[in-house]
Amino acid sequence: MAKELWKGNEAIAEAAIKAGCKFFFGYPITPQNEIPEYFSKRLPEVSGCFLQAESEIAAINMVYGAAGAGSRVMTSSSSPGISLKQEGITYIACAELPAVIVNMMRGGPGLGNIAPSQADYYQATRGGGNGDYRTVVLAPATIQEATDLVQEAFDIADMYRIPVVVLADGMIGQMMEAIEWRTPKKRELPKKTWATDGTKLQRQHNIVNSLFIDAGDCTVQNQKLAKKYEAIVQNEIKYSITGEEDPEVVFVAYGTMSRVARAACMRLNEQGIKASLFRPITLWPFPTEQLKAEAVKPNVKAVITVELSMGQMVDDVKIAVEGAKKVSFVGTGGGIIPTPQEIEEAAKKILGR
Amino acid sequence: MEKIVYQKSKGLTDAELHYCPGCTHGTIHKLVAESLEELGLVGTTVGIAPVGCSVFAYNYFACDMQEAAHGRAPAVATGIKRTHPELTVFTYQGDGDLAAIGTAEIVHSAMRGEKITTIFVNNAIYGMTGGQMAPTTLVGQKATTAPYGRQQDHYGSPIRMCELLSTIDGTAYAERVTVTDIPNLMKAKRAIKKAFTLQQQGAGFTFVEVLSTCPTNWGMTPLKAIDWLKNNMIPYFPLGVYADRTEEAK
Amino acid sequence: MTHEIIISGFGGQGVMAIGKTIAEAGMKEGMDVSWLPSYGPEMRGGTANCSVVLSNEPIITPLVQNPTELIAMNKPSLVKFEPAVVSGGLILVNSSIIEIKAERTDVRTAYVPCIDIADELGNLKVANMVMLGAYIEATKVVAFDMIHEMLSHIFTGPKAALVGLNIEALKRGAACIK
Repeated sequence: MAKELWKGNEAIAEAAIKAGCKFFFGYPITPQNEIPEYFSKRLPEVSGCFLQAESEIAAINMVYGAAGAGSRVMTSSSSPGISLKQEGITYIACAELPAVIVNMMRGGPGLGNIAPSQADYYQATRGGGNGDYRTVVLAPATIQEATDLVQEAFDIADMYRIPVVVLADGMIGQMMEAIEWRTPKKRELPKKTWATDGTKLQRQHNIVNSLFIDAGDCTVQNQKLAKKYEAIVQNEIKYSITGEEDPEVVFVAYGTMSRVARAACMRLNEQGIKASLFRPITLWPFPTEQLKAEAVKPNVKAVITVELSMGQMVDDVKIAVEGAKKVSFVGTGGGIIPTPQEIEEAAKKILGR
Repeated sequence: MEKIVYQKSKGLTDAELHYCPGCTHGTIHKLVAESLEELGLVGTTVGIAPVGCSVFAYNYFACDMQEAAHGRAPAVATGIKRTHPELTVFTYQGDGDLAAIGTAEIVHSAMRGEKITTIFVNNAIYGMTGGQMAPTTLVGQKATTAPYGRQQDHYGSPIRMCELLSTIDGTAYAERVTVTDIPNLMKAKRAIKKAFTLQQQGAGFTFVEVLSTCPTNWGMTPLKAIDWLKNNMIPYFPLGVYADRTEEAK
Repeated sequence: MTHEIIISGFGGQGVMAIGKTIAEAGMKEGMDVSWLPSYGPEMRGGTANCSVVLSNEPIITPLVQNPTELIAMNKPSLVKFEPAVVSGGLILVNSSIIEIKAERTDVRTAYVPCIDIADELGNLKVANMVMLGAYIEATKVVAFDMIHEMLSHIFTGPKAALVGLNIEALKRGAACIK
């Protein structure tokens, strides 16, 4: 298939449509506005519905309603807007509804700025709202991967009845790259027998609900969710390793930052310092065991996490490495992207060279 | 041969209601369920329960139901209606849910002329959480967070949602009713049925406010509560049709 | 070979379009490409720039720190990015409005009066195409034919007449490169 040049945000919206998503509810916020703008133009062409809501809170609750009625549905926002959506996301998680939520992260905290950031890692991978729940978190590093993962996100959401977060940043949203349209591997998806689409007087009423007032019932629901999360950990972990087979230094980075770390990795390799890049593609479930296997390789002297934040994923890296090797952090929050040279120099300093 | 003189609506399940003695929620549920049944809509309707006393409404209505976050029922209803325009969709909300935390959602659903029906149960108090002040609590009325009575210079005057929503073009129909006695009950049912009928016709946003009692939190017997409603609520929240933008009305 | 290009100028000068055209042409030539706009408050008014990478190998990062080629459409862009250009790189200067010269002596420079040429052609909007023509001539990164083909896809119907104008603009730009 011929390659096409696509802007990240627009490619993500088109990927969703290709995955059969006909409904989008959202609210404007930079740097993700091309997503709702694209949907507003395209969805009427596929007999779908785009609606600009009065707030992110309303938008995510529209997603709740639509998902509960059995529709493939999506919303997108950027960091402060995603904070507002957390109420709806925890309800969606507990009511076990499939939905896709895109977060084009920007600088924070607070209103922050509109520069690329990875400072919503904790929020995305720890659930984000109240209660004990998880969302699957997919972190694309290229526009090609974004289009692949967005399509798969809908299948994962339907398969496990879970909200799936696509976590990218302003750079992925704004840049253009050449892509080819691919379809995700086919999954056997369960029928949505739970959907509230009218009983037709043929069945008992369905109830979409996150209220379990009896402590026993709520415990059962929590355990049910935990079991589902365990299955996702077993089946859905994605990661990639590039660079030297027998590294002295292992970089851990995702999304945009993994590309800069890869450049640093190559610079080090050219200088005879063997380096590899471990890139989690699913941030939850985190590739814990896989990362440990890379970190405990005999010649590894340093594991360096590189993030566009003040250090969040580094916690998961430390959990994975289990103290077997020294874990260091390089990066900053606020929107300044470290250069490959800065990462290279930090790595040399950590290695004592 | 026995003659059946009363039958429970098929729009309701057999679940036992949890409402306090003398509460009018049960009556309003019945009116909504009967209306859906009489219009033949039970199998093609999705209702949305709020957070508040009627939080368990999803157990009582026989149609498909969703439970929304506090105040978000109109947004949830929008999500359902926009993806399934063929369904009848209604929200059932109390005064805290609709007129405080969910003000943006109800106003914007009306603005969009969302083809849904909202049943707004106004009893001037937060019931489920234990009698706190509501946006519709009357000036001078006591609540657990207004122990000296609602003071106008501190909280302003109660909000009148029928009046407010009737100013919005997207509101096809808005009426305030009550269920204090049989004639009012009949009027209330006519209003609810009309709202559902208009939704079927694609008229726009339809809204029925029902003045309701809360004997428990008002600290009154059910009969006294009805008197209090008549003497205090109706003068401030007058009954009647506030908006009717249908052809029939012109 | 990897080309890392920064194209910079005032908003409205078509700098984003130059970048997109180069990226698209590169893609059609079979290269890996990326286009990254500067985005932010400066999108509205001030200086806008974009980074384009064209490579025969997979692109590692779309961020360009040290461009192999700089297209400066206004003076602030030349002042800002000139020091970053790699030694042996190329700087193209919109000499219609940039009165100063590049100070570097270890890079190739070319001065393209693209606004004057566009004015001569009767349409100021093609100034960016004049600059694009100069860029392609100086780098040979993509074939002119490829751009011609792309133009005939962009300008169709009543706008088909613009194809000729744009091609003329490209040629006039190319002629500025000696």
